[in-house]
Amino acid sequence: MSAATIFFAVLFYAATAILVVGLAVKIVDYARTPAPLKIPTTPAPTGAGGVALRMLREVALFESLFKSNLWIWAFGILFHGALLLVLLRHLRYFTEPVWFWVGWVQPFGLYAGFAMVVGLAGLWGRRFLVERIRYISTPSDHLMLALLAGIGLSGLAMKFLMHTDIVAVKAFFLGLMRFDVQPLPSHPGLYVHLTLVALLMIVFPFSKLLHAPGVFFSPSRNQADNPREQRHLAPWAAEMEKSKA
Amino acid sequence: MAAAEFTTPEMKDFPAIPALQRDAMAESKPYVAAEKINEALGFPGELVPDWESKAIDKMGDLLKKYRSLKVYLDACVHCGACTDKCHYFLGTGDPKNMPVARQDLMRGVYRRHFTLAGKLFPKLVGATELTRDVLDDWYKYYNQCSECRRCSVFCPYGIDTAEITMAGREILDSIGYGQKYSNEIIGKVHKIGNNLGLPGPALANTLEGLEEDVKEDTGVDVKFPMDVQGAEVLLVTPSADFFAEPHIDSLIGYGKVFHAAGISWTLSSKASEAGNFGMFIGNYDQLRKIAMRIREAALELGVKRIVVGECGHAWRVAYSFWNTLTGIGAGGNDPFAVQLQSQLDHRYKQPAHICEVTWDLIQRGALKFDKDANDHRIVTFHDSCNVARASRMGDAPGGQFEIPRNIIRAVANKYVEMAPGTTREATFCCGGGGGLLTDELIELRVKGALPRMEALKQVVDQQGVNFMATICAICKAQFTKVLPYYKFNRGMVGGVHQLVSTAIRLGDK
Repeated sequence: MSAATIFFAVLFYAATAILVVGLAVKIVDYARTPAPLKIPTTPAPTGAGGVALRMLREVALFESLFKSNLWIWAFGILFHGALLLVLLRHLRYFTEPVWFWVGWVQPFGLYAGFAMVVGLAGLWGRRFLVERIRYISTPSDHLMLALLAGIGLSGLAMKFLMHTDIVAVKAFFLGLMRFDVQPLPSHPGLYVHLTLVALLMIVFPFSKLLHAPGVFFSPSRNQADNPREQRHLAPWAAEMEKSKA
Repeated sequence: MAAAEFTTPEMKDFPAIPALQRDAMAESKPYVAAEKINEALGFPGELVPDWESKAIDKMGDLLKKYRSLKVYLDACVHCGACTDKCHYFLGTGDPKNMPVARQDLMRGVYRRHFTLAGKLFPKLVGATELTRDVLDDWYKYYNQCSECRRCSVFCPYGIDTAEITMAGREILDSIGYGQKYSNEIIGKVHKIGNNLGLPGPALANTLEGLEEDVKEDTGVDVKFPMDVQGAEVLLVTPSADFFAEPHIDSLIGYGKVFHAAGISWTLSSKASEAGNFGMFIGNYDQLRKIAMRIREAALELGVKRIVVGECGHAWRVAYSFWNTLTGIGAGGNDPFAVQLQSQLDHRYKQPAHICEVTWDLIQRGALKFDKDANDHRIVTFHDSCNVARASRMGDAPGGQFEIPRNIIRAVANKYVEMAPGTTREATFCCGGGGGLLTDELIELRVKGALPRMEALKQVVDQQGVNFMATICAICKAQFTKVLPYYKFNRGMVGGVHQLVSTAIRLGDK
């Protein structure tokens, strides 16, 4: 067992734990924090079904962003859609036998690798070219794009420039899932790729990547427009009524 | 101190996003509230010595009470979608008036004190300490936001800068750094009963005079009753309606509608104000206390229906918050809510907007109009932000857009829409909302009105529009003041019920 194998095994256990626990803590915190007032951005759906549809359109189609700015929308949906396909394609490293539909996704996932990098390049370009967005960009905004682009490019490099032994890579990850560490191929491209992925998992719960769970808890999007029909009262606000009118 | 000289922005035929002009509005700020004003509301009289730690504590407190604040401070990815959506940015070019940058004034401090990344790598994630400069920026730029929610329409996560602004003002108030205009007005509501400080007897006088004026105009005895026990409807309206121009013409319109429909109604000297500046300063206690006056008046007078006059933020508070704060609404099953809700007539929406009442009567054929009486007017409609993006009318989403327009079309022959993207949920704030309608902010108010003025100019030039109807007391006051800066006639703004008033038939004289 090489030192690198042990390093990456430990790294991925740690990264997974941080991602899962970190996100769970955040999600529980969001869920437990009350929203004392009804503040959906109107016009808003009047019932739960409509709210679910609004959220679906927001998450799957980026509806508000579409209304807002077509360039950001186009690069944004290109990147996120491609990322989804790439992630689905990667399920083959974690399933044995590979689920049949993951097989179908493979060719699309391959092209999506390029689309993802193009989307990222577009989003990154705006941070330099558009004065307003340059003004609001922090170093971490650039680093996040660099991290994602690095993951995409190192992945593409392994597919098209310097192959690695993906059968062994799969054995490594299946092994991790059974707590039975298998040797990881020694390959600089793979090391880079995996390090960046682990880094992304680790920063997820502490960064703006929280927009992913956050959107589901956004009161302006997830509340139904029915304040006249239903009394909405946060626990801390209800206390005020008990103490004195 | 007089407001500094400034140039009214040029109206462009094809509005453009301005280039950034750093610190263009760094001198713009409202007067700080004096000791007495603050203390009357339970805030420290002046900036407390340990303001930094107190402010951070308050932020921590708000983060526990408001999910909106917590999620919105976390979720922003700096995508830039909101950067060209704020009327104050479009009018001033000051980058701190871009919604994301306005939020970042607080987000930086949040990251430094409440997130691991900001504690470990402040520079990397744009985290900052709450220095005196940052605090002053809060004071300036959280008083350059009208809480209009236009940015929240366009944000992919629905981040509402109004929530951040409200939290910012709440923190500032909690350390004795509040804004004079809003806090003084809240004091007046508690002491006298309305924002304009009009005492009960003066109000009674005004209403009497109004009855005489209408009698003289129309020959009909339209009543403007106050404190009538057992009336069916309690009308709660912004106090500007009692004497400001053009507001009073809409009040006359409400009176005529009730008269023509034969509905018994009353105003209340106790609740002689629909406005609720507690929302503007983001203070739940004040928001609730001010709203409770309406509940108490309704219980005392024994009314069956509660109707709200033409006022944007008041309608937001009434529609969205009254049920929560005071039980005015339906569906409550706790004793507090049931006490009031069992008194109300639930065949009607509670509370109802005066436009809902009027439109309902029109549909039932209870009102008749001489539409020609409005033929000297070519009318357009300015959607007020709090009505458009924070409330509803009628049964279906978007009723807040359709119902006022339906009324206008029912009472006037000539109606024109302003450009898409400047109306309905994308409407531009008048530039004076959210507690900024004060003289020392006139530069901000004029510049913030630019996007609306550009849209108005288009329909004035192309279709001859000479009347912009709106249903908000602040919009009316703001436009009356600002229109002349753009070479428009200040008299071209008015209420929807002003148009109703002109055309309505009052029956036998």
